[in-house]
Amino acid sequence: MSAPPSTAAANGAVNGVAPSAAPSAKGSHPSGDKRFKALDATLKRNRFQQDALIEILHKAQELFGYLEEDVLLYVARQLKLPVSRVFGVATFYHLFSLKPSGKHTCTVCLGTACYVKGAGELLAALEAEFGVKPGETTADGLLSVVTARCIGACGIAPATVYDGKVAGKQTTEMVLTCARQWQAEG
Amino acid sequence: MIDLQQLQDIGQQERDRRKPVRIRCCTAAGCQSSGACSVKEQLDGAVAAADLGDRVAVAGVGCMRFCGRGPLVAVDHEDGTSQLYEGVTPENAASIVGTLQGQPTTATLGDWNHPFFAHQMPIVLENSGNIDPERIEEYIAVGGYQQLYRALHDLSPEAVVKEISASGLRGRGGGGYPTGLKWATVAKMPGDQKYVICNADEGDPGAFMDRSVLESDPHRILEGMAIAAYAIGANHGYVYVRAEYPLAIAHLQTAIKQAKRLGILGSQIFDTDFDFKVDIRVGAGAFVCGEETALIASIEGKRGNPRPRPPYPAQSGLWQSPTLINNVETYANVAAILRRGSEWYARIGTEKSKGTKVFALTGKVENTGLIEVPMGTTVRRIVEEMGGGVPGGRQVKAVQTGGPSGGCIPAHLFDTPVDYDSLLALGTMMGSGGAIVIDDETDMVDVARFYMDFCRSESCGKCVPCRAGTVQMYELLDRILEGRATERDLASLERLCVVVKDTSLCGLGMSAPNPVISTLRYFRHEYESRLRSPMAAGHGG
Repeated sequence: MSAPPSTAAANGAVNGVAPSAAPSAKGSHPSGDKRFKALDATLKRNRFQQDALIEILHKAQELFGYLEEDVLLYVARQLKLPVSRVFGVATFYHLFSLKPSGKHTCTVCLGTACYVKGAGELLAALEAEFGVKPGETTADGLLSVVTARCIGACGIAPATVYDGKVAGKQTTEMVLTCARQWQAEG
Repeated sequence: MIDLQQLQDIGQQERDRRKPVRIRCCTAAGCQSSGACSVKEQLDGAVAAADLGDRVAVAGVGCMRFCGRGPLVAVDHEDGTSQLYEGVTPENAASIVGTLQGQPTTATLGDWNHPFFAHQMPIVLENSGNIDPERIEEYIAVGGYQQLYRALHDLSPEAVVKEISASGLRGRGGGGYPTGLKWATVAKMPGDQKYVICNADEGDPGAFMDRSVLESDPHRILEGMAIAAYAIGANHGYVYVRAEYPLAIAHLQTAIKQAKRLGILGSQIFDTDFDFKVDIRVGAGAFVCGEETALIASIEGKRGNPRPRPPYPAQSGLWQSPTLINNVETYANVAAILRRGSEWYARIGTEKSKGTKVFALTGKVENTGLIEVPMGTTVRRIVEEMGGGVPGGRQVKAVQTGGPSGGCIPAHLFDTPVDYDSLLALGTMMGSGGAIVIDDETDMVDVARFYMDFCRSESCGKCVPCRAGTVQMYELLDRILEGRATERDLASLERLCVVVKDTSLCGLGMSAPNPVISTLRYFRHEYESRLRSPMAAGHGG
């Protein structure tokens, strides 16, 4: 599909995934969940254009924490896109998560500069103490460990991101201290 | 509608409101993560407390380049001298203000004459670290947007293309394709609707110059894109930027808003019939989207799958329209070339690589940060003089350039001048400008496996050679690293390198074997020393 943005609206029901249970055309989700209202605002701002799918998924993930099936279905209906296409895009990009993540997230950068300065040891230390590999969350749901492909903080390698806050020149002790604190706070 | 007089007035007002002493505090992402925002607060507080507000101003500026020693603070005095402070903490920041009243400071004094700075030639980074990236007035005060005005009023689109061609500028994203030629190709295409795209999907691990330019001088990119749009006949631009760079996105958004407000972006810019608007598209973490056809697919809201070329984006790109795609650093050169002339630019650098290149110098090296050097500077100067060599008395072994698509330059070839063609001859490439120093503690087979792991997980899966080949090469490298491999495995690896290189669909696959080929070329003994003897292999299977 390659229509220019202005005419991309009215070709919804293809591939047999027609929006069957479509709610009132541009209305909100039947659940009444307020977060859908916020999502609607973003949809409207993008004039329901299909090429804005990635922008909308970013917003949805920001609102819901992850992309649950219901949200993907809703986005597909609102943009009049096949669910397969929305699911395809959501699974293609690394930053979209289809699983809920922990209360806190520790991102270890695995860019080359961080790697040669010992980012692997940071991950090993987290795994040894909390039993989580990259992409996993602790059983208590408090800590998710993920890796990044380079956050561009190479000048202060090795770098980590604690709940969105970048920290440079990290040691295993610093990483563990932060994670332990999160666990202690519950 | 804004005209030249108003533009110059804004610049003059900005220069007039400057206080005699200016304290610059780096608030780019690197320093910010080391506490630069609190440092700036402390500086602001100290200036107010000492009642120096009418004489001293504190400015949050972009990257001052010496990232490894951040947060950085510079004090510019009335007499034109300037002091640099390194590793400033919120605790000792106030004492820097104290020096203005003759008190001692506990902050560490840096050195502007340090080889790290002395060998640099800032063109792309000329405003970086000097201006506040969140204020368009500061960009205008250093001559910003005047070249766009001049292009629109005094130059024909053909003349702009000619000037860029004459400068010898080549694409800074890695390929090194002549920029003027690319512009001329898109300009010649028929059709009313054309697009310009700025590729800010800086996925190459170890490179962060594009992030830094966007954070530190975003208007420079907008001006470069607008000039390009005028030259090729486009009226709509996109900046495709990684989601991993939130500060760059924020600064770019601010810049677009400010430029629109002044009428520098929008309709009938500078009272001409030229319209131009810019939208931001935020990536979602896919390395392959740095490839131009994948990037276009991603802007269209699809999976970032590349497609075969031709047709090239210049012929059929975004929504099938002729599209110009250039890298951040390429656009950052445009206004400077128009301002100072193509002859000036063409005098910098080597015969076939003109101008400067920004490198992100990182890894096992004493001084880390961004350096902008003329093309043709030797690797030795970059690593040993500017970088200060390897810390801890270790030996430098190689420099890796070009990321997962590149290769390494071994220490015995450090006298090679850095330009597009010399690096290709060594089996590596310029890439986007990551330069990662590797010391003798680092295992080259491990480095090769690291990059193959990267390519394996970043392969989009569309074509078989890349999807399956990178997995097989990774397994073979893993075997070698763990001492389970034989001569035959090494031979398979070498064969696969050729197959994947020759048969993959896009640049990701075609260049994925490069780190292996390069490390095999210079460090073959590290591979061979890990092989099992054929005899043992016969028993072990």
